[in-house]
Amino acid sequence: MSNIKKAFANGKAFIPFITCGDPDLETTKELIEAMAAAGADLIELGIPFSDPTAEGPVIQEASLRALAGGVTTDKIFDMVAEVKKTLDIPLVFMTYANVVFSYGAEHFISKAASLGIDGLILPDLPFEEKEEFLPFCRKYKIDLISLIAPTSRDRIAMIAAQADGFVYCVSSLGVTGTRSVITTDVGAMVDLVHKAKDIPAAIGFGISTTEQAKNMAAKSDGIIVGSAIVKIVGQHGKDAVPYVADYVRKMKAAVSSAVY
Amino acid sequence: MTKKGRFGIHGGQYIPETLMNAVIELEEAYNYYKNDPEFNHELTALLNEYAGRPSRLYYAEKMTKDLGGAKIYLKREDLNHTGAHKINNVLGQVLLAKKMGKTRVIAETGAGQHGVATATAAALMNMECEVFMGEEDTKRQSLNVYKMRLLGAKVYPVTTGTATLKDAVSETMREWTSRISDTHYVLGSVMGPHPFPTIIRNFQAVISKEIKEQCLEKEGKLPEVVLACVGGGSNAIGAFYHFIEDKNVQLIGCEAAGRGIDTFETAATIATGKLGIFHGMKSYFCQDKYGQIAPVYSISAGLDYPGIGPEHAFLHDIGRAQYVAITDEEAVCAFEYLSHTEGIIPAIESAHAVAHAMELAPAMSKGKIMVINISGRGDKDCAAIARYRGEDINE
Repeated sequence: MSNIKKAFANGKAFIPFITCGDPDLETTKELIEAMAAAGADLIELGIPFSDPTAEGPVIQEASLRALAGGVTTDKIFDMVAEVKKTLDIPLVFMTYANVVFSYGAEHFISKAASLGIDGLILPDLPFEEKEEFLPFCRKYKIDLISLIAPTSRDRIAMIAAQADGFVYCVSSLGVTGTRSVITTDVGAMVDLVHKAKDIPAAIGFGISTTEQAKNMAAKSDGIIVGSAIVKIVGQHGKDAVPYVADYVRKMKAAVSSAVY
Repeated sequence: MTKKGRFGIHGGQYIPETLMNAVIELEEAYNYYKNDPEFNHELTALLNEYAGRPSRLYYAEKMTKDLGGAKIYLKREDLNHTGAHKINNVLGQVLLAKKMGKTRVIAETGAGQHGVATATAAALMNMECEVFMGEEDTKRQSLNVYKMRLLGAKVYPVTTGTATLKDAVSETMREWTSRISDTHYVLGSVMGPHPFPTIIRNFQAVISKEIKEQCLEKEGKLPEVVLACVGGGSNAIGAFYHFIEDKNVQLIGCEAAGRGIDTFETAATIATGKLGIFHGMKSYFCQDKYGQIAPVYSISAGLDYPGIGPEHAFLHDIGRAQYVAITDEEAVCAFEYLSHTEGIIPAIESAHAVAHAMELAPAMSKGKIMVINISGRGDKDCAAIARYRGEDINE
């Protein structure tokens, strides 16, 4: 069983996202440790990109703060190496195709694998273009995570049938960011995934409250929360760790209380 | 797996899954309508009766004599309705969007020419229109912002990143992912994910189709050189396309070097960029060693983009077209030169092509023919050029 599968083995998974280097890599490391202790099942580590076209304002701003602070892919690799010395939680990188491509796809993916990274999420890499990176991901045993969206319709079965790790179900149209209401029938999307393949399906985009977390978890195998956490980090900077830990604890409890 | 929309290794569809069915639907609609006689009849009528095509191929006699070499013709895209080549693409895309049942169009704009053209076509065809423009550019081109509003469009200043063209493209892509079913994204250049580079090239190819016919009629032969400025590259690919198979016709794209290709204040992608993946396509981009997109600079808002269309990247790879970098200073001198020599004020974008022509023409023999694509008119640039020369004038 892959590490990612393990993250879904003990009930519904809670998957937090943070932008590496916001406000600095030392805080990122502390956030990873605190979120793991607070019950996160898998952590998404964002490698900031200058022009993140799938992100809303919160993660855009965090990415620019991190880059302005001097963060680079190599420095993030070093930070992950430090974290992995003491921590066994599954980790996936979330970034944009150009960050991987410009590093050299094989170089990036082999390095990430050697550090113990379990998966890679690239929001600007649809099914049609996954051959760009998939052969290297398979070679070095990193799961290239597939995304499906409310507009995917007939594409869901095709995408899910070839998916690795878990399927990232985008809950809403538009970019990342908190939403007061999620109107998409995500339950139906998750069912189509499960019909195509025995693979966990996690819902992301727009989730911020414990009530949303519980509702979305009831319809899926786990939920992903990014902007709500990045917003806390943005508000508290280097002092954000206890606030984020508290938030993760509450969200994990909400997710655990969900039943099908 | 079949790879769609490739020009050599360039192109592709590197976009969020949310947009995939939208670009597939667009490709299917385009493939149907491009062969539909009624669509083509309507588009031709719009181009001829509304936009004023065909545009003139004008013999620049004074410039020719002054430079003392090649015989110079100017392809007068500046005389099109709305003052630039942008209208060719926009009429095609907005008509296509209308046929697809869309009621709303969104667009990015740099100098504002594409935004004005889109707002114009939207007004004509009763479509709702929203334009995203870098805040920096709304200041440089405030007259165009007013024009878009006058035409009924909403204009949103984009404040993220460098607040210029690349950020406007990013923001329009974000907007499209949030509202797709009734909305078409009228991309302004031969860039972005497949099928945009192909569709836009085909709509702009009318430029080279006309140059070819006009040149044969006037001179009985094809030109030796065709020159055009390149940002994303839509006017250039339009001017090149029907000559690609005519191997004796030299094709030259003129990029914006800004303050020089050895400075950080440049937008010359072929000269300073490297292969990457951005805004839906694989192509050359100005970027750092970690793939972060560079904050580019040019005096010309329309060339101020860190990438180049995938077909240009391919023409560069195979050596079929050459790309040269022209500085702000060279472009401004050419802007002034064409104004007082021929009485034609070119867009500062087009002036980049004029600048290279001024260097190249004297070295060519008198029987040789050179065509410069004057992609747009320069009224919009007068205030900025005056400021560049230290003159403070009111717009």
